[in-house]
Amino acid sequence: MENDIFKPENLVYTKTPVLNDTPMHYCPGCSHGVVHKLVAEVVDEMGIQEDTIGIAPVGCAVFAYRYFEMDFQEAAHGRAPAVATAIKRLYPEKYVFTYQGDGDLAAIGTAETIHACNRGENILIIFINNAIYGMTGGQMAPTTLEGMKTSTCPYGRDTTINGYPLNITDLLVQLKGTRYITRQSVHNAASILKAKKALKKGFQNCMEKKGTSVIEFVSTCNSGWKMSPAKANEWMVENMFKAYPLGDLKDI
Amino acid sequence: MGTKIKGAILVNEERCKGCGLCVVACPHDVLTLSKKVNAKGYNFATMEHPDACVGCASCGYVCPDACISVYRTKVESSN
Repeated sequence: MENDIFKPENLVYTKTPVLNDTPMHYCPGCSHGVVHKLVAEVVDEMGIQEDTIGIAPVGCAVFAYRYFEMDFQEAAHGRAPAVATAIKRLYPEKYVFTYQGDGDLAAIGTAETIHACNRGENILIIFINNAIYGMTGGQMAPTTLEGMKTSTCPYGRDTTINGYPLNITDLLVQLKGTRYITRQSVHNAASILKAKKALKKGFQNCMEKKGTSVIEFVSTCNSGWKMSPAKANEWMVENMFKAYPLGDLKDI
Repeated sequence: MGTKIKGAILVNEERCKGCGLCVVACPHDVLTLSKKVNAKGYNFATMEHPDACVGCASCGYVCPDACISVYRTKVESSN
């Protein structure tokens, strides 16, 4: 009786085949895994696996191309929107997206990000904001919160020395080239379902020639924050959402 | 006689990293981390109270490594 339930017709949720079986190198509980999974699910549901090209960044997600069964191109640090511009212009019939962290998109790649959005390139930018440089050892990022401790600001970010957290998504809203800008998170089932809808919209926008779509995911870095995955989610809800409130910022 | 929704999950134990996010996400406290470990040394997720599972798939949605397959069916209950 117990095993009767494990039949194909009773299956309600499982890993999409667009995500392959390679074990992901991310730390246990990392938000990257959830966002990877959502991207793969949306691509699967839209039936665009053969027509999608992703651009991998430098940072924790540098090996993103290992996990997706679709075309990928690695870009130099921060240059993913520039590479995506070239690919989209050469292959206008393809769905092109970049996948970048905050060190990549909001620090070294600020110029590429702003200019790609300002040109209104018909690409989707997926931005993972965990307020820290996770891969290199938890250093302070432009997006690090005021007072937040990192390995390079062990007494907390002091705005008189380190400046203020950079809310780059809010900046991008001002640009005429952007079409759809939203801030999402993946900390519970409800937010994940919402984020998936936003991703689907972002991918659909790639074909409508009306401008750039940017989806920011407010994320956790439990290793860098030195917390358990569950605690990191709680900390994110309490602290990150104040500086980076969720919701649609622009939708035209 | 009535119908009851019955759920169950299959965990890819070798892929699971034991982050515990599914344990927190489960609204019916079905899941726990096993005392056993997989080849990588992680305490993988397992069903502690399988009878309480309704197959809502919350654990599947939050799993960062896509280790969980969720099954759901309706069963006739005698009470």
